[in-house]
Amino acid sequence: MQNNSTVKYSNNISWESVLELIYDSRVDSVGLKERVSSLATRSVKKDSKLQALKMIVSMCDLTTLEGEDTEGKISQMAAKAINPDPSDKEINSVAAVCVYPSLVQTAKEKVKNSSVKVAAVSSYFPSGQVPMDSKILDTQYAIDAGADEIDIVINRKAFLEGNYRKVFDEIVALKEVCKNVHLKTILEVGDLKTYENIRKASLISLAAGSDFIKTSTGKLSIGSSREACYVMLKAVLDYKSLTGISAGIKVAGGIRDSKDAIRYLVMINEEMGDEWLSPNLFRFGASSLLDDVLKQIKKLKTGAYQAGYYFPRG
Amino acid sequence: MVNWQYSESIESREILDIKSKYTNYIGGKFVEPNSKKYIDTISPSTEEVLSQIAISNQNDVNKAVKAAKSGFEIWSSLAPYERSKYLFKLARLIQERSREFAVLESLDGGKPIKESRDFDIPQVAANFFYFAGWADKIDLSWSTKGLKPHGVVGQIIPWNFPLLMLAWKVAPALATGNTVVLKPAETTSLTALLFAEICDQAGLPNGVVNIITGDGTTGSLIVNHQDINKIAFTGSTQVGKLIQKSLAGREVGLTLELGGKAANIVYEDAAIDQAVEGVVNGIFFNQGHVCCAGSRLLIQESVHDQFISKLEKRMQALRVGNPLDKNTDIGAINSKEQLNKITNLVDEGVADGGNIFQTECELPGNGFWFKPTLFTDVQPSYSIAREEIFGPVLTTLTFRTPDEAVEIANNTEYGLSAGVWTEKGSKILWTADRLEAGVVWANTFNKFDPASPFGGYKESGFGREGGRHGLLSYLKESS
Repeated sequence: MQNNSTVKYSNNISWESVLELIYDSRVDSVGLKERVSSLATRSVKKDSKLQALKMIVSMCDLTTLEGEDTEGKISQMAAKAINPDPSDKEINSVAAVCVYPSLVQTAKEKVKNSSVKVAAVSSYFPSGQVPMDSKILDTQYAIDAGADEIDIVINRKAFLEGNYRKVFDEIVALKEVCKNVHLKTILEVGDLKTYENIRKASLISLAAGSDFIKTSTGKLSIGSSREACYVMLKAVLDYKSLTGISAGIKVAGGIRDSKDAIRYLVMINEEMGDEWLSPNLFRFGASSLLDDVLKQIKKLKTGAYQAGYYFPRG
Repeated sequence: MVNWQYSESIESREILDIKSKYTNYIGGKFVEPNSKKYIDTISPSTEEVLSQIAISNQNDVNKAVKAAKSGFEIWSSLAPYERSKYLFKLARLIQERSREFAVLESLDGGKPIKESRDFDIPQVAANFFYFAGWADKIDLSWSTKGLKPHGVVGQIIPWNFPLLMLAWKVAPALATGNTVVLKPAETTSLTALLFAEICDQAGLPNGVVNIITGDGTTGSLIVNHQDINKIAFTGSTQVGKLIQKSLAGREVGLTLELGGKAANIVYEDAAIDQAVEGVVNGIFFNQGHVCCAGSRLLIQESVHDQFISKLEKRMQALRVGNPLDKNTDIGAINSKEQLNKITNLVDEGVADGGNIFQTECELPGNGFWFKPTLFTDVQPSYSIAREEIFGPVLTTLTFRTPDEAVEIANNTEYGLSAGVWTEKGSKILWTADRLEAGVVWANTFNKFDPASPFGGYKESGFGREGGRHGLLSYLKESS
């Protein structure tokens, strides 16, 4: 573990300021749920729905994170990522494919000549329960293999033990490894449980230099929720008003249908505004979501739902 | 950069069958007014004439009171469980026809469909269900008193929650064995007249519910009618005082639910983002046409700037427009008259030196509209800090300590409601104990439940509506 005095702080934020930031982490869960459910009643129809669905496609990080992943599987997914619906030329590529470090090289090879980025999960995703040196090695490996984006997990052990400084320092150290490679920090909201914890973890991760904060690994039964996303987006906005930096949000885990995804977008639209309606600042981590979105687009364009077998496997 | 606008999502009007003219509902029948006088009722969002309603005169009031008197003979002698059955039936019919009611309420009154659909009409049904359950349990509840109904009750209701105020009045009155002569506000009579159809559909005995339309003159004829046994009024403090004067010296029961200028107190240790939401809901719900609206934001100086900046940003996201669009947050101001009143008070606020913020939004060309408005740098002496504006206008005052917050909150002739925002439980209790208000909401605002009594302190009125207390407003001790 690094000596604290040698840690360089990203964004020029001192630990004292971070403490001040997280000290005020008050969230009222009743009011929060009320706001989120009221936004869920927005009626998104016709042109606005089509526009939303297309945005969702472009914001997808198509993901496979399994022990059974092979180069063959990655090739399939990369092809799907580049051209999600070969029958509709208006559909753009997704934002990225998300894989384990050992498959970054393959993925990179398969998406070359496209706009699709390769994201790698690292720092011993999903648990992160290894010494810091291993996390650095893991991350460095993915970067050397050509990853454009790195998705790390926060140290929940340290967080739940109240050692926020350690959580912060680890992210700072991994950000140093990443340099210009895009860093997404996974809070794993299903482990943090309370909204105050999610807010604290968001602010710590942002202050430590994360480019994105991300809800979940997708490996727990409790994945993303619109409530968790709401807490995170408020943290991102507060961080922006403090530093001027616009950080992104990635929601992942359990978002399976278009309706749910549109509700996330509504929340982003009304709480954060146009700036965040872009794959540069908002992403969906998804595997099964994409096909539902494609089906809905077809439905809007042709008036008919199509069977799953019309859409190529990813 | 992307600009994502929601497409129009308009609730269809096709379900409605609005007649070109409505007569009074007396003794179980729709009858021509003796006055032969009608006025147009318009949609405040478009100024389109929707229909005509009667302006009732003395003869019409006489007829309605007479019908209610004979209705009382039948109604009060029914077994309580029979009354209960009728009320349950009304509740179910309201649910069945809820979409009709919601669309009509938004069309006639200007409120957003999401509110009439998700708040007003569900609450209306809930009130009928709640009081239906009480109807056969009243004798068990105050066993020593020997309570009985007043008889014929005159009920005069406002235009801000037309059908819900009808429910608050009619359901407990009927549950306790009274019969009613109800006059809805002249700008929003249509849902009450649709309710009359439902009374018919439910087979309610003739004369139990009588609905006559008209303006303030008709209202005063009801108040002054010699055969009225009780008056229940919701409306302005000014009119409430006139009613109380008229009734002085007469043996007529009275409950008044009048104006408000509620303080919404935000302490520095509140969950700020949720407090912002609560403050927005507190004042912009129903265009601020809410007697218990949190119209005075009292904010601790230490969090003032942060809070105001978040509040302004949040206000900017409010969608003002067509009440029938499912995505509308703020609808039309109920009438030209009310719009003028709001405009005048806001102009006064600016002239007094208040700092005004209004959201940037395009207002429709026709109809009556007012932009969501926030005043800062307001002193407690300004009229915008003292008078009930009854519109989408929030006035900000600041305080330094809890004592000072309570002092400012109580520094008004009104006392209907208040809000407290802090994550500290002991501070909620300390503050609530000291606030002179009929309802104090903590970390929330504008929450209603038929089981919870509602009513005012000081010049916000007396008597309670809702809950067990609400039943007592319609009962008297037998001599």
